[in-house]
Amino acid sequence: MSATIPLEEVRNLTISVYRFDPNKDKKAYMEDIEIEVPVNKDLMVLDALHLAKEKDASLSFRRSCREGVCGSDGMNINGKNGLACITPLSEAVKRNKLVLRPMPGLPVIRDLIVDMKQFFDQLEKVKPYLITKDEKPEIERKQSPEEREKLDGLYECILCGCCSTACPSFWWNPDKFLGPAALLQSWRFISDSRDEAKEERLDELDDAFSLYRCHGIMNCVSVCPKGLNPTEAISNIRSELLNRKK
Amino acid sequence: MKVNEVINSKDLPIMEFDGIIIGGGGAGMRSSLQLAQSGFKTAVISKVFPTRSHTVSAQGGITCAIQSDDPEDDWRWHMFDTVKGSDYIGDQDAIEYMCNEGPKAVFELEHMGMPFSRTEEGRIYQRPFGGQSKNYGKGGQASRTCAAADRTGHSLLHTLYQANLEAGTSFLNEWFAIDLVLNTKKQVTGVIAFEIESGDIFYIKSKATVLATGGAGRIYASTTNALINSGDGIGMALRAGFPVQDIEMWQFHPTGIYGAGTLVTEGCRGEGGYLVNKDGERFMERYAPNAKDLASRDVVSRSMALEILEGRGCGPNADHIKLRLDHLGPEVVHKRLPGITELSKTFAHVDPAVEPIPVVPTCHYMMGGIPTNIHGQVITVDKGEDKIVKGLYAAGEVACVSVHGGNRLGGNSLLDLVVFGRAAGIHIEESLKDGIDVQKSSNEDVDQALKRLNKLNASEEGLETAYLKKEMQDNMQNNFGVFRTQDLMEKGIKDLSNSRKSVDNIYLSDKSASFNTARIEALEMQNLFEVAEATAITANERKESRGAHSRDDFPKRDDDNWLKHSIYFSKDKTVDQRDVNFRPNIVQAFQPAERTY
Repeated sequence: MSATIPLEEVRNLTISVYRFDPNKDKKAYMEDIEIEVPVNKDLMVLDALHLAKEKDASLSFRRSCREGVCGSDGMNINGKNGLACITPLSEAVKRNKLVLRPMPGLPVIRDLIVDMKQFFDQLEKVKPYLITKDEKPEIERKQSPEEREKLDGLYECILCGCCSTACPSFWWNPDKFLGPAALLQSWRFISDSRDEAKEERLDELDDAFSLYRCHGIMNCVSVCPKGLNPTEAISNIRSELLNRKK
Repeated sequence: MKVNEVINSKDLPIMEFDGIIIGGGGAGMRSSLQLAQSGFKTAVISKVFPTRSHTVSAQGGITCAIQSDDPEDDWRWHMFDTVKGSDYIGDQDAIEYMCNEGPKAVFELEHMGMPFSRTEEGRIYQRPFGGQSKNYGKGGQASRTCAAADRTGHSLLHTLYQANLEAGTSFLNEWFAIDLVLNTKKQVTGVIAFEIESGDIFYIKSKATVLATGGAGRIYASTTNALINSGDGIGMALRAGFPVQDIEMWQFHPTGIYGAGTLVTEGCRGEGGYLVNKDGERFMERYAPNAKDLASRDVVSRSMALEILEGRGCGPNADHIKLRLDHLGPEVVHKRLPGITELSKTFAHVDPAVEPIPVVPTCHYMMGGIPTNIHGQVITVDKGEDKIVKGLYAAGEVACVSVHGGNRLGGNSLLDLVVFGRAAGIHIEESLKDGIDVQKSSNEDVDQALKRLNKLNASEEGLETAYLKKEMQDNMQNNFGVFRTQDLMEKGIKDLSNSRKSVDNIYLSDKSASFNTARIEALEMQNLFEVAEATAITANERKESRGAHSRDDFPKRDDDNWLKHSIYFSKDKTVDQRDVNFRPNIVQAFQPAERTY
């Protein structure tokens, strides 16, 4: 039983893609690759990239789950960050052109692949794990559905980096401003009824840069492929910090 | 030393660890957590950043008798269901260990911070899943699958990554393992691996090596599996001369989204969804009068395939089935199944709260794998005798311990990977404390493990990966699917055998050392091919129908000849048999019985 849908009519599509291989290129350039896409079926940007890779095996990009849950294929699609695997061509292509660039603000390793070290370093700074002090019970810790609901919209983050690399504050201070993704995770643990390090977590955010460099531009919200709201998380942390000072 | 040079063992830099874990999914990170906490020098080698591993895609839950939904629930009932689900070729010592240790492993995940959904009492939410019963099949449907909405795999994987960060595990992220190094005594001494970004290549020596590389669903054209599921561990084990077990047993999940292959969880049916044919008939009532849509996956997938074959499929080509959830109301659909709502909208353009989702049985899980004991130690078979391979462990989907036998129950894969990832970690920790030796290897041993890479780098002509992969995937899809027949299987085996030389001599046009995904895909293709060939040959040898393996020419289960594991070695492409374990330690063994739902 084959689940592949037969492709009938096709049309040409030009992908303009950012190319750079440190092994041979002195500097990056944009390259046009022509592919054929079906007329009667809407492909995803990732499918288009696979078709392009069949023409030129050296084209490089990350991908894994191809269903928007692993966070591998964040890239800049016609000017907006998003996941290639869940962005349909019908939405992305403008005037029969698809321009693909690596996520902005991070060093490019090759083609569409960026070095995410700074992104993950910032994540680690918020201690993204549950901190508890008491003895662990024999069974699970109790948490009410209402307490658990506070984690909705926070725990679903897939660490794709679309938000932080769309954030001008992160571009300017990627080493000092933690960025929307890390701050969303910080709020995820502060909000967890089981976590016992709320005060320490807030202490560590209470400086001029870590949190307060957020200027509410909200690019993070507009690009998040999971529909999460880091700006809201950041303003919630701000309120907590302000309340402490009262 | 770069990955694109001609590499000689004498020039190869060496890294040394007490333990290495190849694979950063659930099984790998549960092992590494155990080891990191022990203070031994360990590292995880993962070809993707760990949270990109395929565990992240698991949706419905982790099945375990934690007695939340039902305070009287019993791990022995779970064991009974699992043995029955396996069609009686799951090893009962391993199933017993998994079901009994399970609650501990699940509570540990909660203690690490996993965001499980909750009941009004504040306990972990459990939902019904296929093949679950109370009181050894006599007490009706159980609700035993612990869930974090329908994002249980994501929650579990991220939680394990977080716990590993806290524990200070060293990660070699975006490193690719090429082949195991083994010495003349067939002991594993480490692995050849390179950093994908820089192309720097090393011989990574270790006292213990864990294969936790996951499945290989990408041997099929249509699969729920991630693109990275290329059976790297199976390829490495087979090339090193170790066997695979029950590799013909592939699970076809009833509900892959038609056309896209992406999964929608069995939890949909657990929450009350059901399948209909083109007449709107809830046909599972005919095939499984008691469990209906929550019969075992092999049973549901076959029933769906039959409906389609008999002309009752949906759509203009009558080639799919519909999954109805619209009667559950938007409340249940959006609260309990938010992830599949998203996936259905993206890949099927339907809102499941309003319209049914088009689905087809889709390749989902490799029940077979590298045989191990309950400590994760890899077993090889020598003249009919089990022998432990020194220095090598396997856990999770790559392993066949075997808890799934001929058919895995939903929710048992996440349990398998935490329980046996943990068990392997514990065993390695104890062995290291006892002081295991570093096994010696020679330059020739290392050169042997470098052969595949050197050949690929020297390639000047031949067929490229994309072409060979498509050919193999179509072959497997058409000839080794839900229903199998000798004619088609023999044709499939012949086609594979014709491609063997091209795959061994695959042409790599891009020789760059920097983040060269073409090189990775070529190496992965060779691994996939090993899995495909093992599957094909073994499927043809198992002359019966059992679990997921269903043959038109041998439609019945044959306990006289095939209440056995299959064992396959790639060197001479032979299939042997190995005894199934019927010796649990605590309970009486469950004897084979007719399997109805």
